[in-house]
Amino acid sequence: MKRRRRAGRIGVNLLGVFVFAVMVFPVYWMVSTAFKKPYDILNFTPEFVPSPATLSNFENALNRPNFWSSVLNSLIVVVAVTAMSMVLAFLAALALAKFRFRGRAAFVVVIIGVQMVPLNALIIPLYILLSRAHQVDKLSGVVITYLTFVLPFCVWTLRGFLLGVPRELEEAAMVDGSTRFGAFVRILLPLVAPGLVATSIFAFIQVWNEFILAYVLLQSQDKQTLPVWLASFTTLRGTEWGPLMAAASLTALPVVIFFVTIHRRIAFGLTAGAVRG
Amino acid sequence: MSHAPAAPATAAEPVALPARRRRRPGVRVGRAAVPYLLLAPAVAVIVAVLAYPLYLLGSLSFQQYGLFELIRHDGRWVGLDNYRTILSDSLFVDVLVRTVVFTAVCVSLTMFFGTLIALLLARLGPFMRLMLTSGLVLVWAMPVVVAVNIWIWMFDFEFGVVNYLLTELHIGDYIHHDWFENSTTGLAIIAAIVIWGAIPFVAITLFAGLTQVPRELLEAAALDGAGPARVFRDITLPILKPIFIILTSLSIIWDFQVFNQVWIARGGQPTEEYFLMAVYAFVESFKTQQYGLGAAIAVVMVAIMLVVTFFYIREMVRIGEVER
Repeated sequence: MKRRRRAGRIGVNLLGVFVFAVMVFPVYWMVSTAFKKPYDILNFTPEFVPSPATLSNFENALNRPNFWSSVLNSLIVVVAVTAMSMVLAFLAALALAKFRFRGRAAFVVVIIGVQMVPLNALIIPLYILLSRAHQVDKLSGVVITYLTFVLPFCVWTLRGFLLGVPRELEEAAMVDGSTRFGAFVRILLPLVAPGLVATSIFAFIQVWNEFILAYVLLQSQDKQTLPVWLASFTTLRGTEWGPLMAAASLTALPVVIFFVTIHRRIAFGLTAGAVRG
Repeated sequence: MSHAPAAPATAAEPVALPARRRRRPGVRVGRAAVPYLLLAPAVAVIVAVLAYPLYLLGSLSFQQYGLFELIRHDGRWVGLDNYRTILSDSLFVDVLVRTVVFTAVCVSLTMFFGTLIALLLARLGPFMRLMLTSGLVLVWAMPVVVAVNIWIWMFDFEFGVVNYLLTELHIGDYIHHDWFENSTTGLAIIAAIVIWGAIPFVAITLFAGLTQVPRELLEAAALDGAGPARVFRDITLPILKPIFIILTSLSIIWDFQVFNQVWIARGGQPTEEYFLMAVYAFVESFKTQQYGLGAAIAVVMVAIMLVVTFFYIREMVRIGEVER
């Protein structure tokens, strides 16, 4: 009996290792390709560990035309969208979490429903609206369109974080002579701060990764964001896999760092229909 | 986070009631307006960037709207013509069927593997569990554009590692095998990219749900002689049903509108046999400049999504997410 259980334990662990290997392999393959010498990449017998490793692919990627302008554009868009969404969403989430009022449940349903609208379907009218407003090929136009998916998500997630703060704490502060605003600043804000950070990081990730809207709206090369730049990597002379994988690693790096720090906090928000694949 | 400990001290003060009474709603008339004022900016933006574009999408689908109309900023009303055109177009029917099949395959495989991995996570020891969870989070964090590029490289017909491995393992001769030459295997790889990216979210969420299933129930059932399959079917599954419904509806919604994976994998020029709904709508609008036709396709897409969304929202209402 004991031996059988031990055999089962080993079997489960082996299965765990196998699943881990299969899932992580593509990521490993990207990183290892990024460190390989060009000669080793174009080899019919692939090397599983880069030896000798090289940084030349990263150098190549960083020195490519439009890399730095794409990073800068991505950062501008990310910061603008995140800042705007967080301010608007925080106010709305306060209303939803801390007040009872007529139409509240309906608004919550709208917020959930709106996150289900396929972004791909909205591209057409958004493009036409922006072209009427002469906002095509401008970062400001992209910022506006990104609010379509970031804002509802932020409202929903922040509402969850605010609901997690016990009402009694604020009320107690008000009894102690605090005004409602004082209680808000000294009690609610610090308690909900981790939620604010997590939500804004998540907004950051979504905006950083967005591809189609930027692809349609930003036509000039010096305006494009990082994912568009990355997608246009394939040149007429064929794909240079080494630099491409180095560039892909660099694009994914900030997302991975941020994601690892917040995924626990945000997981419940996702069930609420947040991230688009 | 470090601010948290300060709060309970004030919470310990015992006299909470009078303040509450003083602030009962309706005593001060202006207070009733506060939540609406807080909502107003967000509502204004949502109307401008979501509601109005949705309305415009519907209205465009009844218009002849090409490049000329785009420049003139004015379409020509054609009634149901766009819908008649797409419905009588055999390509549209093909694409619709293909998208439904594609979605069904992606969603069922995602849910299947996601559930298996969640069950596996529940059985692993702490170290292995941490390792596998970290791996899943790493995959979850991959941006789509990055993920597609990795997979295209792995399946490259000349130097791709997959062809090498398949040949080495004697599964067949895959030297210089081009997976994208045939659209069925090509779409299978695109489905694999989608599934690979979607599994972590499903597995981790389901695992979180599994930890909520009371251990006593499982043990009692096992004592009564129920096998693992029976325990899963009769105890775990019913308890996790709401999570399953929510995850399945979300997966359907995400997989039905797959665009990026096809677009990037085919280098921005997918041929007709690679069209899924979102790709088709996009090509009709932005390549052939028939925005009205594209809008009609997109409306059909939204309508189908609406049905799924209904089930999703009903489940959210049922588990009390809406009324809290």
